Amino acid sequence: MAKAKRKARALKKVKAKRPRAKKRTAAPRAARAARKGKTRPKAKAPRRPKAARKAPAKAKPRPARAKVRTRVAAPPEPSIHPTRALVRHETAVVLAPPRGSVREISASKITETVARLSMEANYDLEADVRKALEKGAAEEESGIGREIFNQLLENADIACSEKLPICQDTGLAIIFVDLGQDAHVMGASLEDAINAGVRRGYGEGYLRKSVLGDPLRRVNTKDNTPAVIHTRIVPGDALKLWVVPKGGGSENMSKIVMLKPADGVEGVKSFVVESVRVASANPCPPIIVGIGIGGSFEQCAMLAKRSLLREVGSVHADPFYADLENALLGEINNLGIGPMGLGGRVTALAVHIETAPCHIASLPVAVNINCHAARHKKAEL
Amino acid sequence: MAEYSLTTPLKSEDVDRLRAGDKVNLNGYIYTARDAAHKRLVDLINEGTPLPMPLDGQVIYYVGPSPTPPGKVIGSAGPTTSGRMDRYAPILIERGLKGMIGKGERSAPVVEAMAKFGAVYFAATGGAAALISKRIIEATVIAYPELGAEAINRLKVENFPVIVAQDRYGGNIFKEGQKRYAR
Repeated sequence: MAKAKRKARALKKVKAKRPRAKKRTAAPRAARAARKGKTRPKAKAPRRPKAARKAPAKAKPRPARAKVRTRVAAPPEPSIHPTRALVRHETAVVLAPPRGSVREISASKITETVARLSMEANYDLEADVRKALEKGAAEEESGIGREIFNQLLENADIACSEKLPICQDTGLAIIFVDLGQDAHVMGASLEDAINAGVRRGYGEGYLRKSVLGDPLRRVNTKDNTPAVIHTRIVPGDALKLWVVPKGGGSENMSKIVMLKPADGVEGVKSFVVESVRVASANPCPPIIVGIGIGGSFEQCAMLAKRSLLREVGSVHADPFYADLENALLGEINNLGIGPMGLGGRVTALAVHIETAPCHIASLPVAVNINCHAARHKKAEL
Repeated sequence: MAEYSLTTPLKSEDVDRLRAGDKVNLNGYIYTARDAAHKRLVDLINEGTPLPMPLDGQVIYYVGPSPTPPGKVIGSAGPTTSGRMDRYAPILIERGLKGMIGKGERSAPVVEAMAKFGAVYFAATGGAAALISKRIIEATVIAYPELGAEAINRLKVENFPVIVAQDRYGGNIFKEGQKRYAR
């Protein structure tokens, strides 16, 4: 056994050595020296196009995005083995970043923005939700139901003009972040900057602190942190933030299931409708039903959550899913749950579906319900 | 469906004449309590220790208000989901509680206690929290300030708008209303 291992190791050594020996003769002297550590890579940074080289002097604080892109695409030194060139190229960038090639975003700016969005989201109902409530008020057949719609619209007016939360449950602070890969957060970690913003916004804005530090020992953190932060790294150098306060009542009615592929569209429909039926009055109808279909277990839940970022009532780009959204909205409203569950024709204001590719064996479906106080504010830094 | 204006503490006759679907404007003092405060109240009852608030004829509002901004009586104060208090409600009803305000349907043990001891469950509009706060004219924390939003408050209310959601006779506006509009 040990003998076999030694033999394998020896073989590996030979394989590893062979290309290196060959390349040594081909590589120019400077590159060889750099590899051995005799010359600082800084001095011999790979050549970049003219535009990128000139950029720092002219545009110090914020270089044009196009220039950043040309830098990334800079060709490696032609005489070096491709894999080595990549390593060397990256090393050079890390040790001697060309000035101005990465956009700097200060943590304090992020904190300030999150604080502002936390307050605005809670006081000021977005136009799309208001429009959906007005439409619902016009369509509702139940007298009590119409009265509730009018109360909700009046409530939104009072909240906005008096800077009072639309709902006393100002939620978990759920923050979606799209961070450009050419942006650099300066001064604090992204998470610390966001949590500082939530702390400030929920404190200065007289918003309710609903976060417990531990799910079973249940002690309030008293500042509504930590926020729930979902970060994506995306192309570009911008930072996009969505602040989405999410109340406990509607979140508690969320569900996920791993259906069998054979269950198909009908299986998806009956799971969604049944979830809404069981939720009944609890999630504060009229609701917005966020649905994730496909992906893995955790991705499916994220799809449902992300679908709630869509403009209320916007239609899915794929006609197949647009039809499914429409069919589900009809079936859900036929449940008769109505505003506050007291009976009525408008139970849901909208159904949003998001999908992802999935495993041949799986058909995951997640339902994340939002109450009518669907709060979301967005900013780009 | 009738409309009433009632003043707390509620009398047995008040509860007896209310039917699911009736509109009620409440006046007088009501008490706030949600999950954490309910747990403490029931623990005190089980230990035989006096409660920080009266129960006889009283109304509990399931709410955790947002903090009070300067110059206001209270922050936003809409109802929370009542079902979470179902485990605690029957013993409070047995001790004299006459009314509960919240959102969502109550379960069988609560309905049974309401029938047996005479109590009513009111629904307020969830998420109309800024609007509802305007009907609260006085707010005082009377117990468990360390619970923050979950502390017990005594609220003075004026024309506080609620609907009788479940009455002591088993009437249930959720079931009746939903049946009417289902297709």
